[in-house]
Amino acid sequence: MKIEGYNASEHYDEMFTNIGEIRPHYEEFFQSLKKIPIRKMNHLQFSANQTQRAMGMTFNVYHDNQGLEKILHLDIIPRIIPNDEWLKLEAGLKQRTYALNLFLQDIYNDRKILKDGIVPEDLILGSKDYLKPCIGLTPPKGIWCHITGTDLIKNKDGEYYILEDNLRCPSGVSYMLESREIIKRAYPNIFNQKGIRPVSDYPAKLLKMLQHLSNKSKPVVGVLTPGIYNSAYYEHSYLALQMGVELVNGVDLIVEDKKVYMQTTRGLEQIDVLYRRIDDAFLDPLTFRSDSMLGIPGIFEAYKAGNVALANAPGTGVADDKAVYAYVPKIIKYYLGEDPILNNVPTYLCREEKDKQYVLDHIEELVVKETNAAGGYGMLIGPKATKEEHSKFRDLIKSNPTNYIAQPTLSLSTVPSLTEEGVMGRHVDLRPYILYGNEIEVIPGALTRVALKKGSLVVNSSQGGGSKDTWVLYN
Amino acid sequence: MLSRVASHIYWLGRYLERAENYARFIDVNFNLMQDLPVDLKEQWQPLVAATGDWELFQTLYSDYGKNQILYFLAFDSENPNSMLSSIMKSRENARIIRENLSKETWEKVNELYYMMLEGKDKKIWKKADPRYFFERIKNQILLIYGIADNSVARVEGWYFRQLGQFLERADKTSRILDVKYHILLPSGQDVGTPLDFLHWMALLKSVTGFNTYRRVYGTIDPSNVVEFLVLNKYFPRSIYYCLKEAEYCLHHISGNLDGGFKNPAEKSVGELRSRLEFAEVSDIIGFGLHEYLDNLQIKLNNLSDLIDSTYFRLRDNFISQTNDQ
Repeated sequence: MKIEGYNASEHYDEMFTNIGEIRPHYEEFFQSLKKIPIRKMNHLQFSANQTQRAMGMTFNVYHDNQGLEKILHLDIIPRIIPNDEWLKLEAGLKQRTYALNLFLQDIYNDRKILKDGIVPEDLILGSKDYLKPCIGLTPPKGIWCHITGTDLIKNKDGEYYILEDNLRCPSGVSYMLESREIIKRAYPNIFNQKGIRPVSDYPAKLLKMLQHLSNKSKPVVGVLTPGIYNSAYYEHSYLALQMGVELVNGVDLIVEDKKVYMQTTRGLEQIDVLYRRIDDAFLDPLTFRSDSMLGIPGIFEAYKAGNVALANAPGTGVADDKAVYAYVPKIIKYYLGEDPILNNVPTYLCREEKDKQYVLDHIEELVVKETNAAGGYGMLIGPKATKEEHSKFRDLIKSNPTNYIAQPTLSLSTVPSLTEEGVMGRHVDLRPYILYGNEIEVIPGALTRVALKKGSLVVNSSQGGGSKDTWVLYN
Repeated sequence: MLSRVASHIYWLGRYLERAENYARFIDVNFNLMQDLPVDLKEQWQPLVAATGDWELFQTLYSDYGKNQILYFLAFDSENPNSMLSSIMKSRENARIIRENLSKETWEKVNELYYMMLEGKDKKIWKKADPRYFFERIKNQILLIYGIADNSVARVEGWYFRQLGQFLERADKTSRILDVKYHILLPSGQDVGTPLDFLHWMALLKSVTGFNTYRRVYGTIDPSNVVEFLVLNKYFPRSIYYCLKEAEYCLHHISGNLDGGFKNPAEKSVGELRSRLEFAEVSDIIGFGLHEYLDNLQIKLNNLSDLIDSTYFRLRDNFISQTNDQ
């Protein structure tokens, strides 16, 4: 029961135990995998790449002159998650989303949690993501974070840890959906036997959630995109297509009497709900950044007047800040009176003197992150960095401590992946998607990002990572 | 339908048709070359002259050989009307409005783009007989039409694409016909000779109209060919037919099914279509074929501008109206 050269002992491997035994939920798949010669595997991989290209499943890379469109490599070996593990994840994610939503409502209104000193007031009110125009506002149905894509990892102890709560319209869900279709074609037989929970109804659920935000019986819904040069344009158009709604640009919309209209060939048509994939700052040049060319002048007033719903609500960014992250367990306890079901990674806040000193002293063991950067930028992986980089980050922390947090280096689990050296373990993370409409629902699937370079821990697509289809089993 | 989306669909239709017609242009000449007596020199310049890009060609090239002209017409991205440029633009338009297209349509358009890139990679213009390549491109475009024909609902979007397609085709048929004007016969006495007929036949074949023409008219006669390609009521590439279809599309877009016109675009297409409907081929020849076609092309451009201002520039109109208040 071994794959030659497959080394799983250093980290938590999701297929093999540390003594080389197959974990039960991988057993069946492993038996099928063994029967497929490596040449056939390579061929399957090749066809998957071709399919992605034919489908135009591409993303655009910033700061890259090598042509605009790239394909996110899809590894054809899926990742399998057993049902009992999933049920715990599901419960934990629901709990977290529920609490974060209450937190957002509170900090923009009564500020009880700040007054009670659970979360430091200056951390919230001083955050650049705390949007003053949202103060005193309750979004339609009281929902702030409609779509969440939480990043998790599985540590050496086999437990899941939350890495980041992404509350600002996270991307990647189209890859979850399209990858499933491609992988289904690669292993048609396994799908019938294995009992894999479907994800294909995501667009229908998304649409239902969006419609729920309006009081009209047949609300007009649209996806608002910054346009074709945005890195996630493919996803925007894919979701609009799958939901059967309009994909709109800022230039298609116009605000009149605090109502938002689309300009159509038959004149103006009112739009009621926007799944907006434009950042808060660019939404409305009258309220936020005045230099925004993407936004719609006056849309924030229409939103305040309750004439248009925006998903996610403007202002959610303050709650997925990496410093606020450290307080989430307390936030859950405060609002729900429950202990968090899912683990947080222990986090040192450089804004606190004691933590800062610890970070400066132990920087070579820690991962240092900017509180407000995404996509693996502005990050230091202590054990892998050079002495120069350590001292550079020490200086950065000293000059602006509030901007940094640090966490112990986690050991990301490995899963079997097709590499140039054959089937090998590669590090992965997990991004499930959570919808908050009439109720909170966790989609039984996820985007698994994989660091394809041997030993690499950076899974971001913008830094050479790939993706995997993620199978959640019925039982 | 969003005005912006309608505009992208319209241009998708136009660029696809443009690319297909360029494949046809190139085919005319290859057909012709094969039938020519050996002592006659190949003529490639007329092709460029007919596309209206002769001036651009002269700024980019100093040699007028087959390779240069083929490259210019098919693969040169500096030529905004080359097949590659048109296909890139049709893909770009399709990509922007992908949520409005069927999955198959988008995938075939995407594939078409990669086929074209592959052709550029393989330096198809240097091949002795590259016709199989242009045939494949043409077939791929016809496949896209076929898929649309069998899967797209006959609502607004459909009519905008058809509108773009037929206006482009009207223009291109006029230009294919004009190739004949630019091809030089060895001398004036060759008018009406077998060589002259060869030219006319090649032309008909390039628009897949040879057999239909034979059935309607029998023998090859220049004025009959002109009548067939400009005025025929049933042949789907004749200019009259294209205008009739374009008019039909415009009326279905506005919902005006009672005749007359509701907007400047409908008025313009109606006028142009009736002018052809009541024209005789002798009027055209009397006016001068080349001049007649030139005139027609200008009118087609005006019509396209009117469609643009009626349907795609709503915002400009809206803003100028609010400013007036």
